[in-house]
Amino acid sequence: MTAVSEAETKVPLKRRLKQAERARQLKAMALVLPLLLFLLFTFAGPIAGMLWRAVDDREVRQVLPQTITALANWDGKDLPDETAYAALASDLQAARAAGTIAVAAKRLNYALNGFRTILTGTARNLKSLPEPGTAKETLVKINRAWRDRTTWTTIRDAGGPVTGFYLLAALDLVRNADGAIVAAAPDQAIYREIFARTFLISLGVTALCLILGFPVAYLLAALPPGRSNLLMIFVLLPFWTSLLVRTCAWIVLLQSKGVVNDSLHWLGIIDEPLRLIYNRFGVCVAMTHVLLPFMILPLYSSMKAISPAYMRAAASLGAPPLTAFLRIYLPQTLPGIGAGSLLVFILALGYYITPALVGGAADQMISYFIALYTTETANWGLASALGAVLLLATVLLALVYGKLVQGQQVTGGMKN
Amino acid sequence: MEAGMVTPAPALVRFSGIQKTYDGEHLVVKNLDLDIRKGEFVTLLGPSGSGKTTTLMMLAGFEVPTQGEIYLADRPIKNMPPHRRDIGMVFQNYALFPHLTIEENVAFPLSVRKTGKAETQERVKAALRMIKMETLAQRRPGQLSGGQQQRVALARALVFNPQLVLMDEPLGALDKRLREQMQLEIKQLHETMGITIVYVTHDQSEALTMSDRIAVFNDGVVQQIDRPDALYERPVNSFVANFVGENNVLSGTVETVDKDYCRVALAAGGTVMARAVNIAGAGAATSLSVRPERIAIAPDGASSDGPNRLPAKVQSTIYLGDHALAVLEVSGNAEFMVKLQPGAHDSLKHGESVFITFRPEDCLALDSV
Repeated sequence: MTAVSEAETKVPLKRRLKQAERARQLKAMALVLPLLLFLLFTFAGPIAGMLWRAVDDREVRQVLPQTITALANWDGKDLPDETAYAALASDLQAARAAGTIAVAAKRLNYALNGFRTILTGTARNLKSLPEPGTAKETLVKINRAWRDRTTWTTIRDAGGPVTGFYLLAALDLVRNADGAIVAAAPDQAIYREIFARTFLISLGVTALCLILGFPVAYLLAALPPGRSNLLMIFVLLPFWTSLLVRTCAWIVLLQSKGVVNDSLHWLGIIDEPLRLIYNRFGVCVAMTHVLLPFMILPLYSSMKAISPAYMRAAASLGAPPLTAFLRIYLPQTLPGIGAGSLLVFILALGYYITPALVGGAADQMISYFIALYTTETANWGLASALGAVLLLATVLLALVYGKLVQGQQVTGGMKN
Repeated sequence: MEAGMVTPAPALVRFSGIQKTYDGEHLVVKNLDLDIRKGEFVTLLGPSGSGKTTTLMMLAGFEVPTQGEIYLADRPIKNMPPHRRDIGMVFQNYALFPHLTIEENVAFPLSVRKTGKAETQERVKAALRMIKMETLAQRRPGQLSGGQQQRVALARALVFNPQLVLMDEPLGALDKRLREQMQLEIKQLHETMGITIVYVTHDQSEALTMSDRIAVFNDGVVQQIDRPDALYERPVNSFVANFVGENNVLSGTVETVDKDYCRVALAAGGTVMARAVNIAGAGAATSLSVRPERIAIAPDGASSDGPNRLPAKVQSTIYLGDHALAVLEVSGNAEFMVKLQPGAHDSLKHGESVFITFRPEDCLALDSV
């Protein structure tokens, strides 16, 4: 083919290639489409919904629309003027008739304790719309709280339609009457500690899993296939047992009249039963047990890929066994260690049932509170905000891990 | 000893009465006695399962002999761990550490010996220069071709000046052309550096190309240990004759023995004169060995005065560029090969009757197979 005709055909050739590729791409797309849709509806959708709920704030606006409008131009320095009082009185009358007072009262009560009483009491005692010009007087007479600036800033700040209130609360922060972000009152500030506790327990469980899992994975990779399969069944056994059953088994083992305490007592090692459960110890033991396979499997697969020839080569080059292990074997298991640790850590972050069953009050992790707010107090905003913070922290961790792994990608040098 | 050979150097490695069994029933290596001299290139050649790799692994320290002792520079090393033996080793799959660069791989044996930084740098540089790969020092093994990886493995095994270098089928994973090139490079390294090399292969041409001496293994026993030419010209038994080089086998019975020669009656009729190498005596069964290039083809009916003249039938001819092969049927052997000059095969036709002749000294009477 001459140079000229080659140049002439270049473009059509590219286009033809694209066309041929397109058919293949469409076929591939069709194959993943069902899963994609499934994930969209069951995973991406709910997560987006959760993130939205963490900032959604339209309850007060729906119940007290006139008040919110009236407060829009308020500078917040002094008490609002008569129009705001009149708007509130009108809103309360309408909300009372519609029976929606409780919705706004619940939301306002999150921001200011006791607001529920103020709002419902005022609505109850407001028999009729006050005469024009007397709204302020009437409301203050019913409840002196309407003379407080903070009462009004609370309503204004809850006016939505979006708010940082829940996200701030999840980090133990509040916006004060002047709009500045400050630390929450000590009796309200619990989430940072709970996050710290969640991360600490997860970190401890990850470390335990690594320490216990590494030798097992090594043995699995080193054994001949027959025996390693048997061992693998033992490793996988926890997977095939219900989480609840496994956790309850630990209660049976660890309780003060349980198998462990009885045995230790019988052996004369202890006089008083040890407190092994309903504390941090019990949580770590049970979670480590449940999560161990997630550590062992990635470790095993990374170790299986390491040819025994590497260790032989290291020995023949003069490296004593420990040196060979530290400098040749261990670095090659790092991707497995990273993957296993990340997996266990992220799974541990979301643990709920195990700490709830075998932990004490001081061992509850963030998921417990998320569950509490969703199922018991129906504070979806705060539950979503806590979830969003947890999600963000997890994503950040995964990104950091991704960067670390990218830095030292191991390429297979062996051709087997 | 061969004429013209210098006084043999003292043995660097001595296998003494070595036996090895893995299952307690079958001996993989049976009673091995083998001396390897300093500076020698010795190849352990044999089919798979013959015990050659096990022998190498015992020398490297990865397998422990069941019985006997191995001496390295006159010191028993049976119970010495591999990392203290000061033996460099090159593996079939290179075994370059994938997480280290080429430079770090080559520096590894020096760094575990706590060699100084400046000296390490210098020696690594020299080693990389030796294999002409200074420019690739910062690459990782996965980014190199098979031949390049094997060169690095070679440099890594040599950089700490071990007293002995072992190679376990190091070229097995390379293609033919690269393999032949690497053979010459390794041979050159051996000659210029004066190192002692023990090399394991199942490829007889590789062994012939590179070795000072070849130990032919079969069934856990060293069949013959000799220089490549001696191995080819004077195999001690049928196994060696068949394993090293091309070989034609004719079976027969010894009629008479006269000093170095014997008369053998072929199973399919006719007699030939052969050198008596490995026969029990008159009346014993024997396998005759004749190399394809030592045979001449005479047209049917042509007269010949040699003692070894057998009728043959042409099966086919093969043209191979630098030479040609005639496949004949001789005395019941339908794959009897005769090496010809290229072009000489044109006159041979399928089914044609011819005669083959060969000298008695080119026909060896060996043990019956």
